[in-house]
Amino acid sequence: MSQKSSYEHISVDLKVDNRKPRMVPYKFEYNPHKKGGWWVPLLSIFVALIICAVFILLNGMNPIIIYTKMFQGAFGSSFGISETIVKAIPLLLCGLGVAIAYRIAIWNIGAEGQFLLGAIGATAVTIFLPDLPGALYIPLMLIMGIAAGAIWGLFTALPRTYFQVNELITSLMLNYVALLLLNYLVYEAWRDPAGFNFAGTTEFTPYQMLANIGRTRLHIGLVFALFAVAVLAFMLTKTRWGYELKLLGANPIAAKNAGIKMNKHILIVMMISGGLAGFAGAIEVSGVAGRLMYGISPGYGYTAIIVAWLAKLNPWAMIMTSLFIGGLIVGGYSVQSMGLPLSFSSMLQGAILFCLISGEMISGYRLKKIN
Amino acid sequence: MDMVQLILAAAISGGTSLLFAVLGGILNEKAGVINLGTEGIMLIGAVISAIFYLQTENLFVTFLVMLVASGLLGLLHAFLCITIRANQIVSGLAVTLFGTGLSAYLGKSVAGVPIPVSIPKIEPSLLDSIPFLSIFSELDIFIWMSIALSIILYLYMYKTSWGLHLKAVGDNPSTSDAMGISVTAFRYFHVVVGAMLMGVAGFYLIMVYSPNWIEGMTSGRGWIAIALIIFARWNPIYALFGAYFFGGLDSLGFRMQIYNFDIPSYFLKMIPYLATILVLMFSGWKNRHKPSIEPKSLGNPYFREQRF
Repeated sequence: MSQKSSYEHISVDLKVDNRKPRMVPYKFEYNPHKKGGWWVPLLSIFVALIICAVFILLNGMNPIIIYTKMFQGAFGSSFGISETIVKAIPLLLCGLGVAIAYRIAIWNIGAEGQFLLGAIGATAVTIFLPDLPGALYIPLMLIMGIAAGAIWGLFTALPRTYFQVNELITSLMLNYVALLLLNYLVYEAWRDPAGFNFAGTTEFTPYQMLANIGRTRLHIGLVFALFAVAVLAFMLTKTRWGYELKLLGANPIAAKNAGIKMNKHILIVMMISGGLAGFAGAIEVSGVAGRLMYGISPGYGYTAIIVAWLAKLNPWAMIMTSLFIGGLIVGGYSVQSMGLPLSFSSMLQGAILFCLISGEMISGYRLKKIN
Repeated sequence: MDMVQLILAAAISGGTSLLFAVLGGILNEKAGVINLGTEGIMLIGAVISAIFYLQTENLFVTFLVMLVASGLLGLLHAFLCITIRANQIVSGLAVTLFGTGLSAYLGKSVAGVPIPVSIPKIEPSLLDSIPFLSIFSELDIFIWMSIALSIILYLYMYKTSWGLHLKAVGDNPSTSDAMGISVTAFRYFHVVVGAMLMGVAGFYLIMVYSPNWIEGMTSGRGWIAIALIIFARWNPIYALFGAYFFGGLDSLGFRMQIYNFDIPSYFLKMIPYLATILVLMFSGWKNRHKPSIEPKSLGNPYFREQRF
């Protein structure tokens, strides 16, 4: 290498001993600027599918048939597509929420709890204010959902800013607390007395439901989610606030010296992050479920982490990745009848995340000829 | 046995699984690698133990297979964090997601099947005669193992030259590299052994604490263990007491249910989770003026060519 090589062009010798003549006159060179690219997520998904195919084979089934069936289930019919989009809406909103936190290295893994609180907040409006004029319900429910999620996010942020408590742990512990709170409400406090053994609240009235698009299960929440993408993308790239976040994420020390207040940003970002997840929860109860019930979230908050990383934390790209992961969930349902347990899709998600983060780094290597 | 003894016994049996996981986590983090895969590795350890014990009825073989399985997950995490130098937090999350999914996938056939296991107990007849210490005669060999392990790890980390090397690798890898310590080998070894201990935590959970497989049966214990690492200030002896404290809290909710308090059980079950946050807040506030004793290069991959 030349004399004035900077540390940004670093060569990694896989063979440590340089004294012997080389059998192969090539070496791997690492360059962080060449890292990534649009093909990395696609290739990671492909590799993850192959890894999981091994487990399908061990289960005595044909992976090609399973994958074809999953794809058909998710994208093969208009019903499948609308189901996929219905699943993608909460994933997109939760993904936006966690991505904005990850951009400044705040590891919010509490989107699940914030989602549940949003659903609880929206339902609380229907429980405590039964006699409102009809048109007021939806705005009030959505606002309450956002507020409840934001406050739950604040519970994660405050220990971090004032007590140096790692937000990873707080946010995850609060997920369990939120889940227990949900179960208490649907099994005990808010349980529909006429619902026999069903763990859920009374069904919402039509005024408390979001309008559907056409005659599908698709609802107006889709518009809200896309709107949130546009607003967030604008704020992150075109405002002073977005620039400060970018600086905080890239170099916290430089940001501190530039007078950017880390704690203030953590509080704001966690409120936005929780608010978006809470928004998703409110949309889910008022758009799809029509009531608060047991298992209202099949792990949307956790899956959102993958949605965010697959999109490299870019709001626009998250539209695509949430559709893909939504399809994975719907496809997972459709192969359940073939004896593949539902947990298969969460296994696949984990494998995708593995391949993605290693693929990101590996893509920075280039084979280079040694003179 | 009176009330205090009962709570103490429950704290020890509930805390032992946590203790194994915390010790594993301490080994990981001392070497400079954050392992957020604890929950997933514990689940894999538990499900593999359940499957193999039901097949072979041989505790020793089960234990070995479980060690291999959890060690492999640790190896995967080590490979991603050390060789590939990927983001350790995301890699750990991926281990947890993958482990949770895979354990549910593998455990479908053994879900809810009771595991007919009896763990041998050491019965020091001497202790039986002393009134208060008689609870110790109830303890199984794994509890004794875990207590011995925390003492051994303490001695290893603070009283041997290997332990000092470990500290050096976690604090300043480039200096230890210059000293002739292989950073990569040290990190690999401790991450894999740490993951094996997390697997033992799952093994104990399913073999002793609640002997049948339920999907996601660790219910956040892996994350509580990660919180305990910070609470224990990376010291295996403090980890012993921290784990028993949380083990006690875990069983407290259960006991209060028996005594028929007028609180819904859902709220009692929140106690360990809320206590984790409160305890961390307390310890953060208490140590606010002290220098952080967290391993200084925790979370940073070591890149040999980037020494400058």
